[in-house]
Amino acid sequence: MENSTILIKVCMGTGGIAAGGTEVISAFEKELQAEGISAAVEKHCSVHKVGCRGFCARDVLVDVLIDGEKTTYEYIKPDMVSRIVKEHILQGEAVQEWVVKDDYRTFHEKQRKVVLSDCGEVDPEDIGSYMERGGYDALRKVLTSMTPEETIEVIKSSGLRGRGGAGFPTGLKWEFARRAPGDTKYLICNADEGDPGAFMDRSIIEGNPHSVIEGMVIGAFSMGAHRGYVYIRAEYPLAVERLRLALEQARKKGLLGEHIAGTEFSFDIKIKLGAGAFVCGEETALIASIEGKRGMPRAKPPFPAQKGLWGKPTVINNVETLANIPYIVRNGAGWFAQFGTERSKGTKVFALTGKIKNSGLIEVPLGIRLHEIVHDIGGGIEGDRKLKAVQTGGPSGGCIPAEMIEIPVDYESLAEAGSIVGSGGMVVMDETDCMVNIAKYFLEFTQAESCGKCVPCRIGTKRLLEILTRITDGRGRPGDIELLESLSNDVRAASLCGLGQTAPNPVLSTLRYFKAEYEAHVHEKRCPAGVCKNLLTYTILEEFCTGCTMCARVCPANAIVGERKTPHRIIQDICIKCGACFETCKFKAIKKG
Amino acid sequence: MLTLTIDGRQIEVKEGSTVLQAAREHEIYIPTLCDDPRLEPYGGCRLCLVQIEGVPRPVTACTTPVSEGMKVETTNEYIEGLRRTVVELILSDHPNDCMVCEKAGDCTLQELAYFYGLRENRFRGERRQYAKRDANPFIERDMEKCILCGKCVRVCEEVQGVSAIEIAYRGFNAKVCPPFEKDLDCEFCGQCVSVCPTGALMGKLSLGKGRQKDIKKVDTVCPYCGCGCNLTLHVARNEVIRVSSSPETLNEGWLCVKGRFGFKFISSPERLNTPLIRKNGRFEEVSWQEALDHVAERLGGIRDRYGPDAIAGLSSARCTNEENYLFQKFFRAAVGTNNVDHCARY
Ligand SMILES: Cc1cc2nc3c(=O)[nH]c(=O)nc-3n(C[C@H](O)[C@H](O)[C@H](O)COP(=O)(O)O)c2cc1C
Ligand code: SF4
Ligand code: SF4
Ligand code: SF4
Repeated sequence: MENSTILIKVCMGTGGIAAGGTEVISAFEKELQAEGISAAVEKHCSVHKVGCRGFCARDVLVDVLIDGEKTTYEYIKPDMVSRIVKEHILQGEAVQEWVVKDDYRTFHEKQRKVVLSDCGEVDPEDIGSYMERGGYDALRKVLTSMTPEETIEVIKSSGLRGRGGAGFPTGLKWEFARRAPGDTKYLICNADEGDPGAFMDRSIIEGNPHSVIEGMVIGAFSMGAHRGYVYIRAEYPLAVERLRLALEQARKKGLLGEHIAGTEFSFDIKIKLGAGAFVCGEETALIASIEGKRGMPRAKPPFPAQKGLWGKPTVINNVETLANIPYIVRNGAGWFAQFGTERSKGTKVFALTGKIKNSGLIEVPLGIRLHEIVHDIGGGIEGDRKLKAVQTGGPSGGCIPAEMIEIPVDYESLAEAGSIVGSGGMVVMDETDCMVNIAKYFLEFTQAESCGKCVPCRIGTKRLLEILTRITDGRGRPGDIELLESLSNDVRAASLCGLGQTAPNPVLSTLRYFKAEYEAHVHEKRCPAGVCKNLLTYTILEEFCTGCTMCARVCPANAIVGERKTPHRIIQDICIKCGACFETCKFKAIKKG
Repeated sequence: MLTLTIDGRQIEVKEGSTVLQAAREHEIYIPTLCDDPRLEPYGGCRLCLVQIEGVPRPVTACTTPVSEGMKVETTNEYIEGLRRTVVELILSDHPNDCMVCEKAGDCTLQELAYFYGLRENRFRGERRQYAKRDANPFIERDMEKCILCGKCVRVCEEVQGVSAIEIAYRGFNAKVCPPFEKDLDCEFCGQCVSVCPTGALMGKLSLGKGRQKDIKKVDTVCPYCGCGCNLTLHVARNEVIRVSSSPETLNEGWLCVKGRFGFKFISSPERLNTPLIRKNGRFEEVSWQEALDHVAERLGGIRDRYGPDAIAGLSSARCTNEENYLFQKFFRAAVGTNNVDHCARY
């Protein structure tokens, strides 16, 4: 392959690094340096690190591009590198058995990548690589040929809505801040990303930090801000590092700081590390935290656009919101608005997890059917079990039951169904998931993360959790379901901030669609999904038991008795419900329920 | 001025008022636990929730500014239901030992429990329990009774400028405490004690000295300095057991450590009740007449023998302006010296 241009791109997102991306890169570098090889490929072959392209389960993913023709490998380990170099790079023969399979294609087919279009393509540590693909063109265009009002108009007509959870129109927010009196204004990028299991914003910053910076400068120009902050959790060291590097490179290129791109406009960005409190993602708490105070929300009005950081007009935008901006400006509002529905424009990034075959980071046009996400992109349920529900919106969201799988995924439809788009968590659940237990899981999170300022949230979520705990422990009392419902409604109505106002959502939505499951727990002391330990009993069905003694041998509590070749029996008082016997029995003679 | 309607009544209030201020000005009662007109609005207790026409969710009256034509409803079945839940939730995490609580009879939480008739509690569950007692000399801090209204934290920061306490931890475990949960070591102005709506903060000097109903209140002026803060002495069995100050006073109810906690001298057996003159090496009780004659005679003697500048007068900040005026006049005109000074100068 002596005269071809060869590009090797190794996934070095958090997932890629965890799977050994660093070692894979060094292996490539070493192999390519090796005698006999370096001379053959030297000048026209380069190795790049790129950010996450979504399919983290298959890491380390490696793209080999020979004259633009891309081959993607999955599950690459350092010891596989030498064969790829010898057969593919030197001889042009791809190592077929390691190339991604059909599901890699179907995983991407229904996705529409806007925000993530450069993630996995550009080297996040090299501004040049972003600029080659059109990066910062939008910023130049705005600064040299557009007024702030025109820019706001573009964003308004694109229909972009905030991706941080509330879905507020971004252009409108900028306009409020622009119109607010005063010379000192601030723009804050919210990279707190506190939802458990969410990694959308992190992947964007790790994969393409410049798109966020470019979006921020355009936003600052539009609203008239000269100072910006990125509030990012300290638990994201890689993202922080890449962001820091990107800011430095942007400053060196004159794209940040004084007189940006040679114009009159100046704007600079500071990184502010958060200590990892969920509530600090709430905008007023975030502002308090930047000011050095305890991160506790305050009542609105006044809204941050009137009175925000240090009392000045402030806009807070989510990472994904800002990362959309350069693409909208570059390609036009109409181009962006072609994706999505009437009121939910554009695409949304989701972290698809749970009992799904292909988990990972996906970007889909809003309005896509949930069915398409679960079955086409996600490849269906693991182990071919039955889908039970899809949880969206994390601890502030709710469950969409399997019967509603055709629902379009957009702000309005999900809200109507009692859930939210939220920041983009999407957990797929199957018949082995207990919905009461799921609600309990989320309440455990919210009650621990409540800031403690207001009574309904501080004590109310604690009491909700206590009721859920006793129900799943088999100590549920008559009236508990009604109490859950009424307390949930009160906490929702009476809490100060979004945390408390949405904390009961997981309870209310599971009560709405899975009440029978709650009733089985409370009245029949039974967990239909077989999850809640205290409600489980394992019994041996005499007619199937052959007396093979396998179960008795694996039982760690010695709770199983019986003579060889005669039916065995479980002593319920001793059984610790670990399920070892159930897993072991070859004759399906053990009943769980 | 703006016009708005509260519970069907049309009222006029100043622009920039909150709904709560508007209601109070017109004697419309809205319950609160975390509000104090002297502090920044907080919106934490959620008791002042009201409904406003056109606003989808209930809002707190203490943080909502009035606007022209606003229609507010401060009470209805739904709102009272929410308030009741809030009080019930607080009580579910409260020792409820009013029988032995110092604050009984003067406690806002007790009032609310009474008002809502809360005997049973639907939310019985875990209660915060703290074993450690704060060993500071003045303030009994029983954080099990704290309802996290944040008033003490705000008064300490906003009024006193000290910030000796802050809310620590999250969620159900949130707790007001000094840094690192050490013993309180501050100015001990006691502003925090004065604003606490429950028995969480009490003066140590008054513990066990008398129930609220047995107390006789006597208004007076603080003797410690010339500021003249208004005090209310709480007297039980002819002993001053506590000092408070009403928010309606010149000093807005704020005091310093001396005015608030320095009252034990009143009933001290060592306190001087009559003038004493040392005779033959021993102090003897004498009449005021004899004492003043004695001082006049000695001062006159010194002046005659050594001249007026051999005498100097030093006055105290505990005197009023008038007393200090008389003092310097006495020294300049009667004694004839300019050697007169005042403790506040150094
Ligand atoms: C408890 C709570 C946590 C939040 N966490 C985040 C977060 O981690 N990231 C985020 O962008 N927005 C978060 N939000 C939403 C923000 O308050 C705010 O609405 C958002 O950052 C605005 O940006 P957008 O208009 O671009 O969506 C949170 C809100 C609440 C109530
Ligand atoms: S709702 Fe929860 S997180 Fe929000 S202010 Fe109240 S206690 Fe804090
Ligand atoms: S006594 Fe005064 S200084 Fe000390 S904590 Fe209370 S308010 Fe603050
Ligand atoms: S100690 Fe008293 S004033 Fe301070 S937060 Fe607790 S209840 Fe409120």
